[in-house]
Formats: sequence, structure tokens, C-alpha cells
Amino acid sequence: MTTTPQAVRRASPRARRTVTPPDPARPLLPDAEPVRLLDPTGTPLPARTDYPEPPVEALRELYRRMVLGRRFDTQATALTKQGRLAVYPSSRGQEACQVAAVLAVRDTDWMFPTYRESMALVARGIDPVEVLTLLRGDWHCGYDPTAVHTAPQCTPLATQCVHAAGLAHGEAYQGRDTVALAFIGDGATSEGDFHEGINFAAVFKAPVVYFVQNNRYAISVPLSRQTAAPSLAYKGVGYGVPSEQVDGNDPVAVLAVLTRAVAHARAGKGPFLVEAHTYRMEPHTNADDASRYRDGAEVDAWRDRDPLARLETYLRARGVLDDAAVAEVADQAEAYAADLRARMNTQPTVDPLSLFDHVYAEPTPQLVEQRELVRAELAAAHDEEGDA
Amino acid sequence: MATTMAKALNTALADALAADDRVVVFGEDVGALGGVFRITDGLQARFGEKRCFDTPLAEAGIVGFAVGLAMSGLRPVVEMQFDAFAYPAFEQIASHVAKLRNRTRGKLSVPIVIRVPYAGGIGGVEHHCDSSEAYYAHTPGLKVVTPATVEDAYSLLREAIDDPDPVVFMEPKKLYFGSADAELPARTEPFGRAVVRRAGRDATLVAYGPAVPVALEAAEAAREEGWDLEVVDVRTIVPFDDATITASVRRTGRCVVIQEAPGFAGVGAEIAARVQERCFHALHAPVLRVAGLDIPYPAPMLEHTHLPGVDRVLDAVARLQWDDQPDARWAAA
Repeated sequence: MTTTPQAVRRASPRARRTVTPPDPARPLLPDAEPVRLLDPTGTPLPARTDYPEPPVEALRELYRRMVLGRRFDTQATALTKQGRLAVYPSSRGQEACQVAAVLAVRDTDWMFPTYRESMALVARGIDPVEVLTLLRGDWHCGYDPTAVHTAPQCTPLATQCVHAAGLAHGEAYQGRDTVALAFIGDGATSEGDFHEGINFAAVFKAPVVYFVQNNRYAISVPLSRQTAAPSLAYKGVGYGVPSEQVDGNDPVAVLAVLTRAVAHARAGKGPFLVEAHTYRMEPHTNADDASRYRDGAEVDAWRDRDPLARLETYLRARGVLDDAAVAEVADQAEAYAADLRARMNTQPTVDPLSLFDHVYAEPTPQLVEQRELVRAELAAAHDEEGDA
Repeated sequence: MATTMAKALNTALADALAADDRVVVFGEDVGALGGVFRITDGLQARFGEKRCFDTPLAEAGIVGFAVGLAMSGLRPVVEMQFDAFAYPAFEQIASHVAKLRNRTRGKLSVPIVIRVPYAGGIGGVEHHCDSSEAYYAHTPGLKVVTPATVEDAYSLLREAIDDPDPVVFMEPKKLYFGSADAELPARTEPFGRAVVRRAGRDATLVAYGPAVPVALEAAEAAREEGWDLEVVDVRTIVPFDDATITASVRRTGRCVVIQEAPGFAGVGAEIAARVQERCFHALHAPVLRVAGLDIPYPAPMLEHTHLPGVDRVLDAVARLQWDDQPDARWAAA
């Protein structure tokens, strides 16, 4: 059962009276319960006027990219086991969040992903080999951020939250209506940069959507060690930022909520915070042992809330997805994975001399010296190989 | 015309704002107040709140915000109110400002200027007098610049704002309000050039920022002792000018490196090592360092014990083995 905004209003009259939200149409505090438009079996819940269901074409595309995203994720995990990737942080189980975020923004909007957003990046259309460059280990970032309006995947936690605020403010300063969407996990909401970022965005009314995927664990540490707040979405209210929480495994609801959040930001009303309740089905990375901190029954319970199955059930029931369409998307996903596999099963070429190329726009005299040193080392090693 | 380093910096910011719409200046108290040292005085009134503005009081936020602004194509110039107050921003500086160009193979650059009023000698209380240059100089991807003259303050700041790479611009607080004859706008030697401030034949004093006036004063005093000392101003710690310093030490055969920061693992240690590597056969004595003590910056009433002064520099010069005898200080060990 869902809680209507009216019920929240009755439940918290003081908050309604004392806080003037940037958008008078909605309170700063989120709904008491996460927004949900499909129940875990895929059965639609009563429609909501505040979060209208996205058009069916968007939902079909959401489904298609979620299938591709999941196949990408399993392929990346397999490549890690084969030694082709140094490490891979899976987002299996978070497909609704990963893909809905991409569909909620325009190509000209900027995304600020973390290391767990590989699926979102391929859903955005970035070449998967370029996405996996960081994890393959031949460079730190494989794509051109300015070409795809996507910042490098951020490893230091929450630092991207401030970049998003600055980018969004800078774009507005130059007369563009760009929105920035910053991904962040539950653990990183404890970092200072999350708070500084959302505060800067609020003060400068920068068009940013802060999208928290609360997958319950920061590696091994449970949410209860990150916050005593009733919801991470409550963290917006102290900064004057409207916030919402959503069932992160309900793809229809995630897309509906993010669409509204992006519209809020683009309309010049400042930032918006969304917390999606979801679950990381795999360990933190392949190097992690999740059995040390969570039990199988918990994982099984979340398996029953699978976002992809939920969306497929719903779209089939609405008559907009049939066996043929499902098979066609599955074929696309297999072809995508096969292409990725083939391209990743070659050894990338690396050039040690390129280490000096981008430290500065022009190398310092000291770097020129060191480059010559490495060049001589390489030449000597090459000669030795020749002798042997 | 007599002017101060503070005025030169203020003029450089104003001229940069006037020359390029992409330049924005922000930080704590830089708007209506004009900065606690008044370096941004009048900029908001002249260029408006959009170009020069106050921010929330959060240094990581200020630098991270600058990263985002630079990504959108702007040229942010941020003020860290005091040296030690920049530490909350260190992760943003070391992990992003310094690395974004390299991380993206040159596709993304963040030409940010981070102004840091630094060092002591002004009777400041704790956390207001740190010499933090070594932290930045040790971080590849950053340029680290510190003027010692009024004209350099103007010229180096303009160059920093135009530079395609991020620059940590270290302003010696104690030199802000000293007056000198200077015509603005001035253009001096570019980044990567050290400058001989005083020519001499007997030994080279290498200094930067707040230590340069100390070196010049020591060189003047040394004349009475019969020593003719050369003084080299490093100006830009990164990029570093090995050539000018090496050439000077090869001429004089003796070298003392002076810095206000604690000596251990400092910029002066790096300079001494580089001089020794390059000038070994020209040296008549080991390269000596005169630095701040290896202590947390002291309370105001004790700072004179800490700061390298003229006497300590002259003592070091005296130990440059003029009679070809080993340094007595190390002989016992």
C-alpha cells in the first residue's frame, strides 16, 4: 500500500508550516514510504498524479537497456574471472537505477558516475571497452568525458558531488540549461563532500539531481552504521533541498521520480535529492566475500524483488512486450556480450612513454629528462631481447 | 610608482576579470569584504556578484566547485583564506585537480588557480602561518608558484590564470604590504624561470617566497664579512628551473638553500639534492640548508626562534668550508 502525499501532510503538519520549499507544489521531506508504481510481482499500483507513469515507449526502452545492462554486467564479471579485468564492482540487482537515470536525462546533460556505474555508462551508449578501460588497467579513463558529457568514474567517495554542483552552475552561468546527475552510494552520504556538494548546489540553485542508490552496504558496513536518519532522502531537508525516496527495484517508479527530479532542476528550482532503495546482488567486487557480512536468506529475499522480472511481467501484462520482443532483446544482448568478449580478449597495447604526455599540457623539463631515461631503459631492454 | 604586493595581486585579478569573461573569483569573504587581506577588494563592486562571489564556508566544496566550473569551460580563481584552512580541500586538490588531465589523457583539463596566503612572520595564531608548499609540490599535475616581488606577484598571477594547468599560487603573507617601486601591469620572466636577484661570486643563496628578502638582506650583511653572495629567487617551484640554479652554483662553487618551512623532506631538501647531483665537481662545500625548525608552527611570541633569519643564513655561509676544513658540526659524529 502506498502513502499519499495527503497522508504525509497530515502526519507532519509542523514541517509543512515552518518550511517554505523551493517548489511550493512539493514538500522538502520525502514521502514516508518509498514511491512505488509496481508491486514486487509487477502488478501496477494505483496511479499517482505526482509521479505519472512514463510513456510506454520509454518503458520498453528501459526494459531493453536493462537486459543489455545485465548481460554486460555478467560478461564483465566473467572477464574478471578470466583475468581480463583487474577488478569489477558489479551493479547486478540495481539495473532499474542504472538505466532509468540514463533515460531521465538528455544526451547534453552531464552525469557524474562512481566506479559502480559501468552499467549506466554502457546504457548511455558509451563504448563498453572504453568504459572498462579503468578496470582493465590500461589507463584510468577510456572515454572522452567532454564528448559523452560524462565525468570519469569517480573512485574517491562523494567528491563528484561538488563537481556536479560546479558544472551545473557553470553551465547555467553560460546560459545553457544543462542538468547534472550525480550518482552516489549509501556509504558515501557520510562523506563531507556529499554535504558540501548538495549545500553548494542549493545555495547557488544549481540544477543537480543527487541520486543515491542505497544498496544497503558500503562494502561490508550496513546502512545502520552510516546514518540514524529515517531515510537518506531526509538529508536534503537541512539544505533546503526537496527529496524523495523510491523503490529502487521498481523501474517504472525510478524513471518517474527521476524524470520529475530532472524537470525540477531544469526549471531553475535548484537541486533535488532522490534515494533509491535497492540491493547489490553480487559482492562489492570479485575480491570481496559477501558471506562474511550478510546471509543468504537476505540475498534470496531481494532476488524475489528482481527489477528486470518485475518490468517484464508488467509490460507483458500490458500487452506491449511478447515472446518475440523478449527474444529479440535477448539476442541483442548476446550479440553485445559476444562483441565485448571478442574485443576484450585481446591484449591492449600500452606505451610507457605516454606516461609523461598528460601530466601537464606541456611536460616540465624534469619530465622530459625522465622520459628520456625511460626511453633509454626501453631501448636497452629491447636490445637485450634481441640478443637473447 | 610605489605599490604593494597586495595591490599588485588585486590589480592582476581585476585585469584578468576584465580580459576574459570566463574568469570567476570566489571563496570565503572575497565579496563585499574584499578578502581578509583585501586582495579581492572592490572586485565584486566592479564586476558584479556573478564574477566575484562568496561561497559557503567549506574549502573542499570551494575547490570541488571550481573543478566543476572548469569542466564547464570557466577559469576559476579561488581563495583559500589561510594556508592551514586549505587542508580540507586537499583531497580535491590531490585526487582531482592534479589528476584530471592525466586521468583523461588530456581530454579534460581543469585550469584552476588556488590562491593560498601562506607562511608566517605576521604574529598569526595557530593554523594561520603554515608553509604548506611541499604538499603541493609533491603532487604531480600541479604547478606551484610563489612570488617574492611586487612585479612578480602581478605577472605570475596573470600567467597562472592564463595557464592551461592548475596552479597553486602561494602568497607570502608577510610580503603583502611591503612597498616597492613597480609599474603595473608588469610582465616578468615566465613560469619555469628562476631569477638572479643579486649577482655575486662567492656563494649562491637559493630562496623562494618569504625567504627571498631574508636572503637579500643576508647577502647585504655578508659584504661586511667579505663575502660576495649571489641570490637566486626560485619563483616557480613547479616547474623548477634547474638550469639557472645549476649555472649559478657552478660559478660560485658554494650553495645555501633557504626556506621558511620545516626543513625535513621540504622543497629545500629537493633543491639541495638537485644542486648536489648536478654540481658535485664544482662544489667546494656541501650544500647547506637553512630552514624552519621541524616543529609545528609556534605561537606568535616564539616565531622568531623558528623563522630562518639573517644570522642563521650568515652562520650557514660561514660553514661553507672557506678554509677547506670539514664542518665542525658533523666532525664529531
